[in-house]
Amino acid sequence: MNCLIYPFDGEYILQKKKSIKRELLAFGKLMIDKKVAILGGSTTAEIKNILELFLLSYGIRPIFYESEYAMYWQDAMFGRELEEFGADIVYIHTTSRNISVYPSLQDSKEKVDKLLDSQMNHFVQIWDKLLQRGCTIIQNNFERPAYRLLGNKDVSDYHGRSNFVTCLNQRFYAYAQAASSKGFYINDIDYLSASFGLEKWADISAWHMYKYALNMLAIPELAFNVANIIKSVYGYNKKAIVLDLDNTIWGGTIGDDGIDGIELGQDSPAGQAYSEFQEYVKAHMDLGVLLTVCSKNDEENAMAGLRHPDSRLTPDDFSVIKANWENKDRNVQAIAQELHVSADSFVFIDDNPAERAIVTGQIPGIAAPDIGEVDDYVRRIDRSGFFEVTAVTQDDMTRGQMYRENAMRSHAERSFDHYEDYLASLQMKAVIRDFESIYLPRIAQLTNKTNQFNLTTKRYSEGDIATIAADGNYIRLYGRLQDRFGDNGIVSVMIGHKDGGSLHIELWLMSCRVLKRDMEYAMFDRLVEECRKETINKIIGYYYQSAKNSMVREFYRDLGFEKTKEKSDSTVWEYKVAAHKERNRIIMVTGNEE
Amino acid sequence: MDREVIRNKLNEIFCHVFDDDSLVITDEMCADDIEDWDSLAQIDIVTSSQAAFHVKFSISEITTLKNIGDMLDLIDRRINL
Repeated sequence: MNCLIYPFDGEYILQKKKSIKRELLAFGKLMIDKKVAILGGSTTAEIKNILELFLLSYGIRPIFYESEYAMYWQDAMFGRELEEFGADIVYIHTTSRNISVYPSLQDSKEKVDKLLDSQMNHFVQIWDKLLQRGCTIIQNNFERPAYRLLGNKDVSDYHGRSNFVTCLNQRFYAYAQAASSKGFYINDIDYLSASFGLEKWADISAWHMYKYALNMLAIPELAFNVANIIKSVYGYNKKAIVLDLDNTIWGGTIGDDGIDGIELGQDSPAGQAYSEFQEYVKAHMDLGVLLTVCSKNDEENAMAGLRHPDSRLTPDDFSVIKANWENKDRNVQAIAQELHVSADSFVFIDDNPAERAIVTGQIPGIAAPDIGEVDDYVRRIDRSGFFEVTAVTQDDMTRGQMYRENAMRSHAERSFDHYEDYLASLQMKAVIRDFESIYLPRIAQLTNKTNQFNLTTKRYSEGDIATIAADGNYIRLYGRLQDRFGDNGIVSVMIGHKDGGSLHIELWLMSCRVLKRDMEYAMFDRLVEECRKETINKIIGYYYQSAKNSMVREFYRDLGFEKTKEKSDSTVWEYKVAAHKERNRIIMVTGNEE
Repeated sequence: MDREVIRNKLNEIFCHVFDDDSLVITDEMCADDIEDWDSLAQIDIVTSSQAAFHVKFSISEITTLKNIGDMLDLIDRRINL
């Protein structure tokens, strides 16, 4: 919904929250339910209301638990109700107001260090406890205190409150680094308050009248920030950028102004701003974001611009370049198809509001932010949180490379008469094994973002996956596929629950970048192999219809399963292990040696 | 800004906060008269009014408000100094 897109009007959101919520629920958008506990060190009612709006806009329907006023610690330590609630996410909203003791001017350095230890310990106790329960934690860091008793020295002297808060934050970050794989994330209110303006943020009357530890008008920014972390944890980040060229990554129109006429590089202030924006965009490649171009230009001119000596972005940085006169929504759809990435996971970056309107009108779910003038581009895109980082997996860093290799594969495909010859030429090798701890983040990520080849569309957090990995009642497999063009990384996941002589397939997904490669057969052969080891004679498969998984509706039939139940939106299938004959003949599978 | 303009602007804020376009405010109206007028709604009204009229009320000004008439008087005083 437009009013929730950055840059938003906080006052409007606060005032209209009821009607905004009504509209969000009326969309009929497909939602996932998540249990979110808010543990506050101050009043949180309005934070909950506004967080709900942003989560709904991301397709996450929260079920809330809210602690009693300022009972965050007691609730986490001893709260039965919280434990029974079974939170997926626990958001701990504490602020500098919750630091119970600050140093006094007489304290020695040792005394201050002890104070830091005790404040830190207070939090570590609840974090450890919540992580043990498998909750994902989002914890505020501390904003700078509103006043500086020691003036400028407040930040550098260990007696100063500013210094104390800074040290405590550093300790929080050390914990976050150690626990990030368990699902512990910092919500950076130190940055938010600075960006909002600390004087406005520290609204004294909001504290004394209602016990809100921040200005009411800052609540939308806070809630947006928290919602971004949550949607990233559940795999709702955007995946790719579609970039316009003229007046977006350089000033001017290359077709009219020529290669020497565009503004780019150190010769002019605007040229410098475009260069800086290009660097910002290019840095996204390290996050695994795919870069593509969609420009109304002759291809020759577009390529000339990208080869400009001052251009930080070069043709090789892009997975796909579309420079033609076709409508942009069509081009974006074509790019999405070529990359096997769904078009709603693109961020469309274009200075022209008319192009943005066409694209958002034709492609539901795509982001096309109002990027303003070149002076605003970086800030507006950065603050939108499209690519909020919660876990950096090895796959993220090499994804662009993988998609470029995929483009080469498509090219190879065309020159074979028989598809099998093509597959054989790929010299595919797969490793299919039980879950291993280093891959848990990637596995959880896949369960949350794979929509098309996904039979049950069950979503798992990293904590859920870790629990299943340690449970003897499951057969788990991940599949990793390599071919002569490169390594595709982990592309398929299966989770089966053992029940006597039967195995129930709770999850089976495969990344669309390896469709039609027989990887699903290799996975199934391995599953059967595991079943035989465990004397399981029957495999039960489930298909739950979602908005996007119709491609696998009849998948179990193709594998030789018998349909045993049928409802309008789900089917159940059975397979006799004894009847199985190996299906995969093309992929060389390893990882099944003992 | 005359009092009727202030009243209309404030009325609009009330309509938004209570999600009721038919709501018409009167001077005597207070929290007891509107079912959803709880402490949270009170905060929304005050915050929205401060932003809409570009004023900042003091703690004592807010805590002594009894009804909408008081609120109109307060806004009137602050913007027509």
